Amino acid sequence: MDIVNEILEKEQKKSEKYKSITVEKHLEVELDIGTLLASDTNDLDTKLLQSNKDDYLQSLTRDNTQLLLNKIWELPTERVDEAIVVKLPEPKTVLPRAKPCPKPKPLTKWQEFAKSKGITKKKKDKLQWDEQLQKWVPLYGFKKAAAEKEKNWLIEVPQNLDPMTDMFEKKASEKSEKVAKNELQRLKNIARARKVKIPRVGLPVTSDKASATQLDTAATIAKASTASLGKFQDKLPKEKEPRGKGIHELIPGKERKRKLPIPTPAQERENNLNMLDNILNKRPKIDMDKAVAKHIHDEQVNRSEEKKNTKPAKGKRNFKAKTKGGNPTNFTAKKPKAGKGQRNPAKKAGGRKRR
Amino acid sequence: MGIIQRVKKPTTRKGKKVLQSKEPKPIEGPKQALFLQGRKPSERTRKLLKDIYDLKKPDAAYLSRKNDFVPFEDATLIEKLCYKKEAALFGVGSHSKKRPHNIVLGRTFDYGILDMIELGADNYKAMSEFHNMKVLAGIKPCLVFNGPAWDLNQDLKRLKSLFTDFFCREKVESIRLQGLEHVISFTATDDGSIYFRSYRIQLKKSGQRTPRVELEEIGPSIDFKLRRTRLGAEDLFKEACKVPRELKPITKKNISRDAFGSKLGRVHMGKQEIQKLQTRKMKGLKKTPEEKKQMLMKRKQERKAARQAQNVSAE
Repeated sequence: MDIVNEILEKEQKKSEKYKSITVEKHLEVELDIGTLLASDTNDLDTKLLQSNKDDYLQSLTRDNTQLLLNKIWELPTERVDEAIVVKLPEPKTVLPRAKPCPKPKPLTKWQEFAKSKGITKKKKDKLQWDEQLQKWVPLYGFKKAAAEKEKNWLIEVPQNLDPMTDMFEKKASEKSEKVAKNELQRLKNIARARKVKIPRVGLPVTSDKASATQLDTAATIAKASTASLGKFQDKLPKEKEPRGKGIHELIPGKERKRKLPIPTPAQERENNLNMLDNILNKRPKIDMDKAVAKHIHDEQVNRSEEKKNTKPAKGKRNFKAKTKGGNPTNFTAKKPKAGKGQRNPAKKAGGRKRR
Repeated sequence: MGIIQRVKKPTTRKGKKVLQSKEPKPIEGPKQALFLQGRKPSERTRKLLKDIYDLKKPDAAYLSRKNDFVPFEDATLIEKLCYKKEAALFGVGSHSKKRPHNIVLGRTFDYGILDMIELGADNYKAMSEFHNMKVLAGIKPCLVFNGPAWDLNQDLKRLKSLFTDFFCREKVESIRLQGLEHVISFTATDDGSIYFRSYRIQLKKSGQRTPRVELEEIGPSIDFKLRRTRLGAEDLFKEACKVPRELKPITKKNISRDAFGSKLGRVHMGKQEIQKLQTRKMKGLKKTPEEKKQMLMKRKQERKAARQAQNVSAE
C-alpha cells in the first residue's frame, strides 16, 4: 500500500504545480466562438500589473484561453483527412465590410421591355451549317470574318442603285453604324440607371437620304424648338402634322396624353350618377372674408343713411365751433401752424401770412 | 454580365476581369492590410509594423518606402494606396519629437477612411528577440481582450473592433483542433495603456477530454498608449455593418417554436360554408321536378324585383 500512496501523492503534487482546466471568474467571460474571441470584463489586479506585468498578463490570458478552448472542445467534432475538426457557430461580433453591399444591376430598356412581355433569351448555337460553303461557320467571333470573306467574295449591285456603288464599303458603313447605335444605347442605359437627364437626340442619323416623313418630323421639331415652343411660327403652305410612333415625344412642348379607356355602361352610369349627386347635394359655400366685408359695408351704409336723415341744425353747430376756436376745422386750442410740409395750393394754409 | 455601369469600357479582357474582381461582393474574403512608413519612421516603428505584417501575412502588403504625409491631416495617400492594393486595413508608422514611435492603425470603407486610431509604442520587444518556436503563418488566432475598459471607453470599443478586424482573418465554418495554437491578448488599463501580447498555445494532457492550456510567449510584446483618434460617424459605421440581403436568413412565416422547442405552425383556413356542404345524397331527399320549377321561378322573381328597385333608385 505504501507504493500506491506514494504514487498518488506524487500525482497530486504534479497536478498542484499546474493550473487546472477549470477556471473561476467573478464575472463570466464573454465568448464569441465564431471569431475565436474572448472578452474578460473582470477588473485587473493593478498591484500585480505594476510589479510583475508579463507574468500576470500571461496567466490572465491563459485562464481566458482555457475557458475559450473548453467551450470549443464541447462542440461536435468531425474527422476530415485524419484531422479532428470542429464546426464553429456563426460569429457574433459584427465587423464592418470593406465595400458596400452589392446592389442589383439596373435593367436595360430592352431587358425591362422583355421582362414585361415575358420574352426570354433563346440560346443560339455558335456554329451554323452553311449550305453555300458546305461547312460549319461561326455566328460571331474567331474565324467569322474569314468565312464571310470566303462567302461574299462578290456582291451584286441591285438594280435600283447606282451601278458604280461599292457594295463592300456600303456593308462596312452599315456595320459601323450598327455598332455606333449600340454604343449610344448603352450610354443611354447608363444615363437612365444613374437618373441623368439627357437631351432629346432627335432623329436617328441615317447614311442615305432622309425619307419624307423624317424630313417632315425634322421640320416640325425645328419649328417647335423656339422659346415659345413654336407658337408664333408661321405655317408653311400645305404643311402636314407628322404622324408615326414616337414622333410626338420628340416634339418639344408636346406631351402625349393617354386616352382613358372607354367606360363600360355600368361605369358610365355610376359616374353620371355621382356627378348628379355632387351637383344636387351642393350647398352654398360661404366666403368668410367676403361675408365680413359685406356686413361691414352694409353697416356703414346704414349709418350714413341715418346720419343724413337726422341732420342736426346747421347754425347751432357752426356757432358752437366759432365760439371755441374760431376755426371750424381746428378743434384744439393750440397755436395755429403752417401746413407742415403738406402742400395743397387749393387749400389755404393757416397761420401768419408771410411776405 | 459585363461592367455596365461604366462609361468607358475596359479595353482588355484582363482589365475587365480586374474591374469585375473589384466590384462589391456579398461575401467578402479576408480584409487585406497595408503597412507603410510615414515621415521619418523610427527603427522601432518599422520593426513593429514588420512584426504585425508577419502576423497578418498572406493578407498583407508591406511598403518599405518613406512617405511624406501625416495621416491625421491628409489621408488621401492612404485612400489611393488602399484602392490600388485593394486593402481595407492600414498601418502607418512615424516618429517625431511630439509623438515618438507613432503607429496609426485604421480601416477603410468603400475606399474612404472609416476609423483611424493613433497609438504610441512605449515598450517593444520584437518577435525575433524571443528565441523559440513560432506559429504557422496564416493561422487563425484566438483573440483575448482583458480588462473592463474595453467596453467602457468609446475609443477603446472601436479599437477592440479594429483589432478584431485586423487579426480575426476569415470567417470559417470549421477549424482543426490542433490548429488552435496562437493567442493574441489585448489588455486595456484605465489609464489608456494597451498591452499587446502574443502567445503560442501548448495543449497538455489533463486526464480529461479537454486539454490543459499552457502558453509560451512568442512576441511581439508591445505596450501601446492611446493617442489621437478619428472614428467614423455612427451612421457610416452602421452602413458599413449592413448585412447584404443574400446573407440574411429567410424567415418562414407562421412557424414558431414554443418553450419546449417543439415546432408550431399556424394554418389559415378559408371560410367554411356549411349551407353548401354536400352531404350524403339520398333518393328520398331529392327534389321533384315540380319543386325544382317552383324554386327557379321564385329566384327569377326575386331577381326581377331587385332590378326594378335599382332602376327606381337610379331615377
